[in-house]
Amino acid sequence: MAITRDEVLHVARLARLELRDDEIERFTEQLSAILEAVAKVSELDLTDVGSTAHPLDLVNVWSEDQPRPCLPVDEALANAPEREAGFFKVPPA
Amino acid sequence: MIDTLRMTAEEAMGLIERREVSAAELHRAYVDAIGERDSELHAYLRTVDEPEGEGVPIAFKDLISTRGVETTAGSKTLSGYVPVYDATVASRCRAAGMPLIGKTNMDEFAMGSSTENSAFGPTRNPWDPERVPGGSSGGSAAAVAAGLAPWALGSDTGGSVKQPASLCGIVGLRPTYGTVSRYGIVAFASSLDQIGPMTKTVRDNALLYRVLAGRDPEDTTTVELPQPVEIPEREDLRGIRVGVPRELNGAEGIEPGVKEVVQRTIELCRELGAEVGETSLPRSVDYGMPCYYLIAPAEASSNLARYDGVRYGLRVNGSNLRQMYEKTRDAGFGDEPKRRIMLGTYALSAGYYEAYYGQAQKVRTVIADEHAAAFENFDVLVSPTSPTVAFKLGEKAENPLAMYLSDVLTIPSNLAGLPGLSIPCGLSEGLPVGFQLIGPQFSENTLFHVGHALEQAIGFDFVPGRLR
Repeated sequence: MAITRDEVLHVARLARLELRDDEIERFTEQLSAILEAVAKVSELDLTDVGSTAHPLDLVNVWSEDQPRPCLPVDEALANAPEREAGFFKVPPA
Repeated sequence: MIDTLRMTAEEAMGLIERREVSAAELHRAYVDAIGERDSELHAYLRTVDEPEGEGVPIAFKDLISTRGVETTAGSKTLSGYVPVYDATVASRCRAAGMPLIGKTNMDEFAMGSSTENSAFGPTRNPWDPERVPGGSSGGSAAAVAAGLAPWALGSDTGGSVKQPASLCGIVGLRPTYGTVSRYGIVAFASSLDQIGPMTKTVRDNALLYRVLAGRDPEDTTTVELPQPVEIPEREDLRGIRVGVPRELNGAEGIEPGVKEVVQRTIELCRELGAEVGETSLPRSVDYGMPCYYLIAPAEASSNLARYDGVRYGLRVNGSNLRQMYEKTRDAGFGDEPKRRIMLGTYALSAGYYEAYYGQAQKVRTVIADEHAAAFENFDVLVSPTSPTVAFKLGEKAENPLAMYLSDVLTIPSNLAGLPGLSIPCGLSEGLPVGFQLIGPQFSENTLFHVGHALEQAIGFDFVPGRLR
């Protein structure tokens, strides 16, 4: 199962990755080889088999809704690349 | 004189309890050892100047959040990131009085099997610096093997504790999924990630697991252990049924030297009184790797979406928001995270979801069922941990698929959420070989018992030959 250059660019766009030309070429080749290997899962007929999303049998883990202290704004913003007036600052959309 | 190369954590604990050595002196001894040997090995990304605690010190893989101490996950993206809170495993070690020695090197975002994917340069194997320590917890494994930490924490998604433990000749546990909190751990694949102890002996491993395990209200996927952790003492295996899965022991790519040492260890199980029998996991090995490389990247593509330059980590400016995201992520991630993000995004995208991700989730059920069936007749399943001994730096760096096969024997039980213990069982070509013990969920006490009995009988010298 080969992946085309256009598909790589499409996926990169979905994943918000700006790839350089050399990366596009390298990834097209490598992802094709990996996809060919993982496509092996389709060999099995698993129509009647259920899905496993999680290895433990846990359902609806509840906890009391109790207020408790959270991070102060200053600490929450401590690692922000840019901040202003207690908010994260980003370039305009 | 403290011999950090030979001293186990349990022995260190004894020295402190008997007041023969202070925690500060002990810590100093490790800092000195790091000064002496780590310029060659590069097991640490940074050390801590002012350790706190009166117990045996510990090293953490650099994806465990430590309040006030930079935590990078081996990525440029998180270079300079200083967490404002502790991961639960870090608070538990703190509460147990264990001072932090430092943060260890790793493959970027725990993606890799050699620690060569670290954005900060590779770690080298203490047995042979021309070779990799395995990965992704290669820094923790090398640190313990080279006497630069009495014990350390690693994380295991597809084999990242077990495989480097194997390649460095130490003991590594990947616990049952859900027994150790993931709160404050830099996430890779959330349905697979587990923090695990890396130690010189099985008893050390059990002692550390006892500190880590148990339900954490901050991580709703955690559960209470059904029974307390037992520190193993028994040295026989009477009453233990050892299963040898054909596919895990006959997989393509297992080196003859590895096979031989593992075969001898299986014989030893019999000599120690175990019942040994052959069993089968027909589809787990052939389909485990493909299944894992769909599920883990799919989860990773979602988990790594947070590195967008907004709240923390690297930002590369752009003229608008989208450009800022794209430039930041291109500059911050290395090749392996990019490959996995793309692979995962592709597997989850419209038109491919059912064929790839959906099918992989079903294969995961098949693999879990196969293991459950084998455990109807056996208490533990055994195999090599890694098909090969430590390989040379650069040997697999250009070929992602070859690197992925390093975890072909650890992946199946990980997908099933099962615990796995790797213990050193001998040498091949002068390099350590790991023996993998897999048990049903919550069977850590059995794994510790079997691992300890074998360890005593094997008498493996965990000090790397060239450092003795």
